[in-house]
Parts: sequence; structure tokens; C-alpha cells
Amino acid sequence: MAEEIKLMKGNEAIAHAAIRYGADGYFGYPITPQSEIMETLMDEKPWETTGMIVLQAESEVAAINMVYGGAACGKRVMTSSSSPGISLKQEGISYMAGAELPGLIVNIMRGGPGLGTIQPSQADYFQTVKGGGHGDYRLITLAPASVQEMADHVALGFDLSFKYNNPAMILADGVIGQMMEKVVLPEQRPRKTEEEIRREQPWATLGRPESRGRNVITSLELDSSIMEHNNIRFQEKYKKIEENEVLYEEIECDDIDYLIVAFGSAARISQKAIQLAKEEGIKVGLFRPITLWPYPSKILNTYKDKVKGILSVELNAGQMVEDVKLAVECKVLVEHFGRLGGIVPTPQEVLNALKEKLIR
Amino acid sequence: MQHEIIIAGFGGQGVLSMGKILAYSGLMEGKEVSWFPSYGPEQRGGTANVTVILSDDRISSPVLNEYDIAIVLNQPSLEKFEKTVKAGGVLIYDGYGITQKPTRKDIRIFEIDAMNIATQEGNAKAFNMIVLGGMLKITPMVKIESVMAGLKKSLPERHHKLLPMNEKAILRGMELIREVQ
Repeated sequence: MAEEIKLMKGNEAIAHAAIRYGADGYFGYPITPQSEIMETLMDEKPWETTGMIVLQAESEVAAINMVYGGAACGKRVMTSSSSPGISLKQEGISYMAGAELPGLIVNIMRGGPGLGTIQPSQADYFQTVKGGGHGDYRLITLAPASVQEMADHVALGFDLSFKYNNPAMILADGVIGQMMEKVVLPEQRPRKTEEEIRREQPWATLGRPESRGRNVITSLELDSSIMEHNNIRFQEKYKKIEENEVLYEEIECDDIDYLIVAFGSAARISQKAIQLAKEEGIKVGLFRPITLWPYPSKILNTYKDKVKGILSVELNAGQMVEDVKLAVECKVLVEHFGRLGGIVPTPQEVLNALKEKLIR
Repeated sequence: MQHEIIIAGFGGQGVLSMGKILAYSGLMEGKEVSWFPSYGPEQRGGTANVTVILSDDRISSPVLNEYDIAIVLNQPSLEKFEKTVKAGGVLIYDGYGITQKPTRKDIRIFEIDAMNIATQEGNAKAFNMIVLGGMLKITPMVKIESVMAGLKKSLPERHHKLLPMNEKAILRGMELIREVQ
């Protein structure tokens, strides 16, 4: 049977994809511009079909701790919020990383700092890929640039987080969350049975059988020699993720003089900008990181010998640009262009910035 | 072929849903579509706008700086979007909400008396369909059958009894639109 093409918002696609992935639970608290995720889940009533739980928690903090609890039982559980709410969740995310728990967190970013604005932004890049919570941990970060990817990254995020027992985040913004596009949803998968979870997540706290000792899920370890050992294990895991899970897209990157690097909505806008640039005879390509951590530094490094300049286009004051500079070892000119506080730049503004900052 | 359209007016005028129906119509014809609303503090009486793109190819940016067609349904929207119409493009306005007429000389300008007629004919809710009909008369980017199929798809079944009224409104809009310049 041909898969049906639907028209929906990015937020709605996440909700449908979560049900179809066979997720066990969603815990959230409403905030613009991502409230359609929980609204759609409530409309779909998956508890009547797949048995997935959908719960509006009393706060963002409660929601992330429900995710911690569900994950400790080996369940596929998730939460979503937007920037201010994601700040509230940081403690829980750090605890999940420390306890090596999988789980999916969705951030549909809005302009900050503080309560900020409800309009789109990418100003949580640092928070997401450089820490956010405390401690030496890393968060697997996916940056969808279309409604289709919003749907696809639900399965990808869950799969990666369970492969490495580490939380994963979908980092999108108000543009991708609110826009409608065509999408083909994945096939419905069954939820994992308790037997499957016991087999695949032997660490899960589902009740102790006679055959083994107690499973303990904690991030606490007061003996520093053991805690250092745990940290070394985490770092080895992060290294493995960096070696194996990098994703990116190169758009019209053959025979170019300049390169735009952008993710999510900024990449979509930049794609139009490179079309406009080509009409003016400027040879520019677009490099789109799909995983923001692990960052596609190795492949980006190869551009230092291929182009005269790189423009990092972001809906922020210049965050990812630091990773671009590190990736190319500052051996080629790297500039940043961004709009702030919820203002979305137009393709023409991106083209103008390219000309002003790189071509001059 | 790509059609880049901005629809702007007061919140509650059906601006977003008009865009949605247009996007669904494109979907019915197998086109690539994108629909990006101004979202957030807009409410009934505030201003709202939506960017709709219908294309034969993959759409890059859902956010644009200029448009082939601007449909403006109040004065603030006219002031904001008249200057964003591409040279040779189309501006459609409803005179009811406009106190100062458009002044561009390098675009085609059309007026549609949709609000008055919709109210007079006791069909105020189909106002946006009258405007949509007007636009399709000038730029037939999708077939009326596709609009009806799109409407059917986007409306919950309990509202399907309203389909004939909407079709009538589209046809009425095609009669009403007139070229000003």
C-alpha cells in the first residue's frame, strides 16, 4: 500500500511519529510554540490504541522527572517544551546522563534570554551541545529542517538514546514547529513488551527476579575513585558516538568559492539564499549539520582548503560559529550572521550578509 | 513553477484557514507546499498573516522577503506587504478594510468587495472563500475541484454540510474581483 502523504505542522508530526514509534509515554507542560505536540497527542488518545500514556504534568520539572522514572523502567518515554521550559529541565537531563538513562527531549526553541519571546530562535545551541545541566556529559542532538525530519527524528532520537543509554534531544524552533509541509508518517510499530524490555534493557528496574541482584539507577556516587571511573566510561561512550553517529547534508557543495553552514530553519532560509546567490553568479554551497552533537567537524574540516570563506547563519548572536571555527581550525575566514530575539531573517538578508562579510 | 503568496489581515478573518485550504488544494494536485503562519499573540482583532508556497519542486525557504501575490485584508497589512510584492506581481485587497489605497505602479492591483457582499448575502463566514475565489480567477494555480477536495480533507466531517456554501463563495469571488490597475 502506498504510504499516505499528509499535510501537517512539525509539532503535529512529532506527536504522530511518537505514537507510531511505539513510545510508552509522553509527559509535558504547555508552552508556545510547541503546545501542539501535547494537544495532538491528547486528540489522538493513544492510550486507547497503543497504550501510550500522555500526561500533562504539574510543571516542566515534574515532566522531566517522570521521563527519568519511566526511562529507569526501560520505557520509551519523552517530553517536549520550548526554551524557558527546557532550562527548567536541565537538572533532570544531567541526572539522566549521569544515570545513563535513554529518553527523548524535544526543544522547539523561542527567543530568550529569560521568558523572552514566543517567536523562533536558535539561541539554545550552546545550552544544548555544550552542557545545559552540570557535569561532564553530552546530549545527542538532532536538528530537523523539515516537517518530514521532525517525524523521522523521533525514531532516530529514541533509537540512538537506547543504543547508547544516553538522553537525546530534537532541537528545532518555532518555524519548523509551526509550519505545515507534506509528510509521510512511519508505519505503526508495537510498543515493547515487558519481556522485550527485560531482555534488551537488563538494567531496567522492573522488579527483581531470583536470578539476579538488585538493579539500581542513580547518578550519585560518593566514592570519587568510582565516580572518576564512571566518567571515563561516559567519555568512552561519547567518543564512540562521535565516531559513529554524525549526520549532515551537503547541498550544491561542488565547485564553490563560499560555504554557508546552517541548521534547522536557518538552513532552509539559507538554501533559498544560495539560489539567489547563484543567480548573481556567486558560487556558494550549503552545509547542514543534522547532528549538532556529535558535530560533523571532520567533514567540515575538509572545506578549509576548498573555499575562500564560510558564513555561519544562525537565529542567534553567534553560537555554532565557534564550532565551525574549531572544525576548520581557523584556517579559513569564518563569519557569522544572525537575527536575534525571535526575528527570522529573509533569504535576501542572508545573501546580503554573505556579500558584506565574505566577498566585500 | 512556484507560487509565493502572503495572506494578511485581522485575526478571526480566516486568513490562516484560507492559507491552509490553499495548501491542501496544492497537496491534492501533488504539488510541494509549505504554510508558515505568524503565530502567537495574534488574536481576534489583532493582525495575522500566513506565507503559502505551492511549487512543482522541493521548497527551500518557508520564509520569504517578496511574493508573487499579496492578499491584504486591512490597512496595516497593506502598509506592511504592498512593498513586498515582486515587480509585475499581484496585490489583492478588500476595500472594506482599506482607507488608503495602494500606490505601486509596477504591480497589478485588484479589489474584491468580499466583506460587504459576504455580510449582505448572509454568508459572513465564507468571506475568506470569496477572497480565495477572487485570487484563483486571476491566478488559477489550482483547480476548483482540488480546492473542494482540499476543503473536504481539512474540515472535520461534521462540517462537510458547509461544502456547497463554500463552493458558492469561491464562484462568487470569481465574479466579484475587478482589476483596479
